Amino acid sequence: MSVRVYDLAHSRAGDKGNTSNVSVIAYDAAAWEILREKLTEARVLAAYRHLTPGPVRRYELPKLQALNFVIENVLGGGVTRSLAIDPHGKSLSALMLTIELPDA
Amino acid sequence: MTDRTLRIGAGCGFSDDRIPPAVELIEHGDLDYVCCECLAERTIAREALDRARNPGRGYTPSMLERMAAILPPSRARGVRIVSNMGAANPRGAARALLEAAPSWGCPGVTCAVVLGDDVTELMRDHSALPLLEDGTPLESILPRMASANAYLGADVVAAGLATGAPIVLTGRVADPSLFLGPMLHEFGWAYDDWEKLAAGTLAGHMLECTGQLTGGCFADPGMKEVEDLAGLGYPFVDVTADGAITLGKTPGSGGRLDVATCKEQVLYEMHDPTAYITPDCVLDITDVEFAPEASDRVRASGAKGRPRTPTYKVVVGYFDGYIGAGEVGYAGINALARAKLAIEVVKERLRRRGLFYSEMRCDLIGMNSLHGEDGRAKAEPYEVRVRIAARTDDRKAAVAVGDEVRAMHMQGPGAAGGGVNLGAREILAVKSVLLPRDQVRTEVLVEGGQ
Repeated sequence: MSVRVYDLAHSRAGDKGNTSNVSVIAYDAAAWEILREKLTEARVLAAYRHLTPGPVRRYELPKLQALNFVIENVLGGGVTRSLAIDPHGKSLSALMLTIELPDA
Repeated sequence: MTDRTLRIGAGCGFSDDRIPPAVELIEHGDLDYVCCECLAERTIAREALDRARNPGRGYTPSMLERMAAILPPSRARGVRIVSNMGAANPRGAARALLEAAPSWGCPGVTCAVVLGDDVTELMRDHSALPLLEDGTPLESILPRMASANAYLGADVVAAGLATGAPIVLTGRVADPSLFLGPMLHEFGWAYDDWEKLAAGTLAGHMLECTGQLTGGCFADPGMKEVEDLAGLGYPFVDVTADGAITLGKTPGSGGRLDVATCKEQVLYEMHDPTAYITPDCVLDITDVEFAPEASDRVRASGAKGRPRTPTYKVVVGYFDGYIGAGEVGYAGINALARAKLAIEVVKERLRRRGLFYSEMRCDLIGMNSLHGEDGRAKAEPYEVRVRIAARTDDRKAAVAVGDEVRAMHMQGPGAAGGGVNLGAREILAVKSVLLPRDQVRTEVLVEGGQ
């Protein structure tokens, strides 16, 4: 069994240059514990690896029960010069929510 | 003013933001100030080109339309306006505004103008500064430079307000600083009272994207509902002299403002949460908490601040060639195979024409255009749309991309629909440097009046 991040958290993506930050905000305390333990930098990089070599940096915000992932080199060279249809990477939060975490 | 609550509204979050919610907020929000943030990283470079062609222009193109809508209700209620719609020409913006204002029923207004963010000429003397993006010297993009602007802080906004003018127009000012400026002016906060500057910066950060705090960029039907998203209202902040901040929106406006929307927005465009660097301070949001006070009212607390850095961030806009693009769609049985064949045909035709592209991207909209090709098996869609975009320094080669895509209507695989040449865009890209503060000379003028 596995659990989707979608069922544990909500998310928003922001852009700066060629870097995207994707927040992961737990719906409740139980979800927060799972995310904190299992949604690692490595798992997130694996989900975005086809878009960027990384790096991915994770920041914890326990008072918000949220994680903030800073994903570098993921915006096609930067918002202002990207060839992508979504140069801001606004849709990248939805990719985060597709990640499946192992239950055990 | 030390005992009352100051109310600052968010009137605009990007250059083409929706205007009606700003009018609604001014008319019903009981505001003291409305702040309009209208400059994305590259937009000021675009306006600098506009100014080069016409010295009277160079301000945000939608400035007059937006001001025509918000100035009359603001004047009627004594709401002061702060905005960076001056873009590459704050003085020209003020003059155009004052010329038009009487026809909107607003005669005799004055406008404070903040100058000094434009450091384009200064950059030529600092060609060795390293670019933040890749460490190479600024020199590498100087020959193609279109503009260079320093992100100024709240101190210049407060100086503009100190003139007494009902409107302050600036060029590049950091987004949260537009909101912090009125707090400095009204409460007389010291510019090294880091705790207060942090609270005000947090408030500005929460408001700078208008509807993203009130239910925009949030809804997911069945999972995250937003009531009356169509009628989305813009937010305001109530601030007291001791730096307490409460976020709110007008009763009856659409959307939602609660702890969940606040959490999404506080982390928006945030990298290291302990170091959100603005021209005013270094904000640490690690201990920020949100507490509901009432319906659509949330108290925000816990912002910490550290001394500002000794430099201004300067965004340098530069010419970066052209991007040409086109799209065409396929549907029904074997649609995906026809779409893939179309991509190969377009690429081959461009190659046989001898056209060179430094970078090309081919998307299958419906399959991989937003999240890329991650290798996971996906069901074939009933419809798929091809999008081809390519970079080149040659405008004609850029136009040719869309031409060849559009030709798929008649000379590509069968049953192509909706082919379009999206045209060639001249690209203004941006990179950044840090400039010592003492190199930047700011100035406040007042346009209008006697």
